[in-house]
Amino acid sequence: MIESSPLLEARNIEVERGGTIILSVQSLLIQKGEILSLIGPNGAGKTTLLQTSSYLLKPFKGELFFKGEKINSNQSIFEYRRKLAMIFQEPLLFDTTVLGNVASGLKIRGMARGEIRHRVMEQLDRFGIIHLSGRSARTLSGGEAQRASLARAFAIQPEVLFLDEPFASLDPPTRDSLIEDLENILRKTKTTTIFATHDLSEALRLSDRMAVMNQGKIFQIGSPAEVMNHPIDEFVASFVGVETILSGRVIKKYKGTFLASILGQEIEVVGDVHLGETVVICIRPENVTLSTSILKEATSARNMFTGKILKIVPLGLYQKVQLDCGFPLIAYVTNHSLDELSLAEGKEVKASFKATAVTVVRRGEDFKNNS
Amino acid sequence: MDLILEGIKKAFCLLVGLDPEVMGITLLSLEVSGAATLISLLIGISIGVMVALSRFPGKRIVVSLINTGMGLPPVVVGLFVTIFLWRNGPFGMLGILYTPTAMIIAQTVIASPIVMGITLAAIQQLPQKLRLQILALGATRFQMVWILIKEARLPLLAAVMAGFGGVISEVGASIMVGGNIKGYSRVLTTATVMETSRGNFDIAIALGIILLLLAYFINLVLTQIQQRERPR
Repeated sequence: MIESSPLLEARNIEVERGGTIILSVQSLLIQKGEILSLIGPNGAGKTTLLQTSSYLLKPFKGELFFKGEKINSNQSIFEYRRKLAMIFQEPLLFDTTVLGNVASGLKIRGMARGEIRHRVMEQLDRFGIIHLSGRSARTLSGGEAQRASLARAFAIQPEVLFLDEPFASLDPPTRDSLIEDLENILRKTKTTTIFATHDLSEALRLSDRMAVMNQGKIFQIGSPAEVMNHPIDEFVASFVGVETILSGRVIKKYKGTFLASILGQEIEVVGDVHLGETVVICIRPENVTLSTSILKEATSARNMFTGKILKIVPLGLYQKVQLDCGFPLIAYVTNHSLDELSLAEGKEVKASFKATAVTVVRRGEDFKNNS
Repeated sequence: MDLILEGIKKAFCLLVGLDPEVMGITLLSLEVSGAATLISLLIGISIGVMVALSRFPGKRIVVSLINTGMGLPPVVVGLFVTIFLWRNGPFGMLGILYTPTAMIIAQTVIASPIVMGITLAAIQQLPQKLRLQILALGATRFQMVWILIKEARLPLLAAVMAGFGGVISEVGASIMVGGNIKGYSRVLTTATVMETSRGNFDIAIALGIILLLLAYFINLVLTQIQQRERPR
């Protein structure tokens, strides 16, 4: 696959603080229009990587390229900074009205007042805060303030958007509503985005690619399905929870459930979707039951597949069984059951799970399918 | 008792009648202290912001020097300015000792550390990441400093008030370098000292009332600023 040249490229980045190397990334390429998430525990280096790639953190070793040109002189750094926007966990609004805040990036660029007003109104409307335009920033709630911060960033029409755990300090309903709005806007504007989060579901929902970070390094980078289904090592595996993640299309709708076509198999899932929609579904390994023989009519599980055991990995109190049922499936089985059913690699078993045990993680028209 | 009551009565007459000498003294006070505050603003805010935003070895020492400077005894300032402007001193050829100019210099030296110290604290109190956010919005270094100053405008205003309040009521340095010359370098504070020592309590009380009114007015404005709600 020939890729067009990346919008942003980082090479041999190294950041040292107080004698320790807190970030070490050999290569990172970001394509135009993609949404990349950086996930990892606290202290993994996500913020450092974000601030380095936006040239807000200096000094650092290594090189940054934007649209193929190296950023090294003060002039090029400044020009690059004018093309990006950064959102932090705290809204960091200025002590003025919401309107004044959203206009600040444009005022900095010396834009004409009429044009500023037009752009600001556009963004306020987009983020649903037009009714707050005259209010002082000090009086906003957390969610409203973060919306203002987003509106301020989008007003300058950035070519790259950086977000550092933007929803971490919001309560769940506010977060969900904001994530939904942001997702719609990102898809619509096709803004190249890099965002850091420690919340896996956020990353799964928004990103085209995920980079799992720890101790200042990127352990794995790939599509959510790739990273979730094929974690390259124990750390990534334990961080992402090793769930079965599959993407497919809705081919039939029932009352309260639907049928998703995945790699030639049909899986029944609880949920309300549209026919033809692309879905990403999640099956927790604990919810998969294995049996050596079963009568389909005797169980309430809607999903039953014959599969071959590819691998069995002991995980202490239980074992992880990797199956190939036409699609990859992972089941957790107790040692006891394993012994009783005499499960072994290469053996064929029947795997079943309920429609209610499958969660729809994400749905959307533009989801890039990468399984 | 009579003395005081007589004094108050006569003071009232002087004030209401807008006695020219008293008015002249008041005007000079405002001019000298006003000029000193303005200059100390320029010096104090620029240095205060610079120190607050930079990282350099010995920063702690500089900050404590500034904080110490806030409590500099005015008489010591008066002493050193006098020495510098003395006829045989380094700047004696300027011949500005015992002039309002010398008073402005002395008062600037007194007020600058106050403005510097408060500015420093005000800028340092702003959220750390705010600087990054401003830079991320594409601001030049100059624009960033300007926005930070705007963000800290309330405490900076307090710095102005504190600086002005400190010098309008100052007497030690003003007498030493000004000389309290009638109609020339006589201000509210220096005149009060002189009239009191002469027993002219009516004039002294009048001057004292004006000084009190000015101090009250400054405090009033300061209090108003402080009372503005800042829910963060």
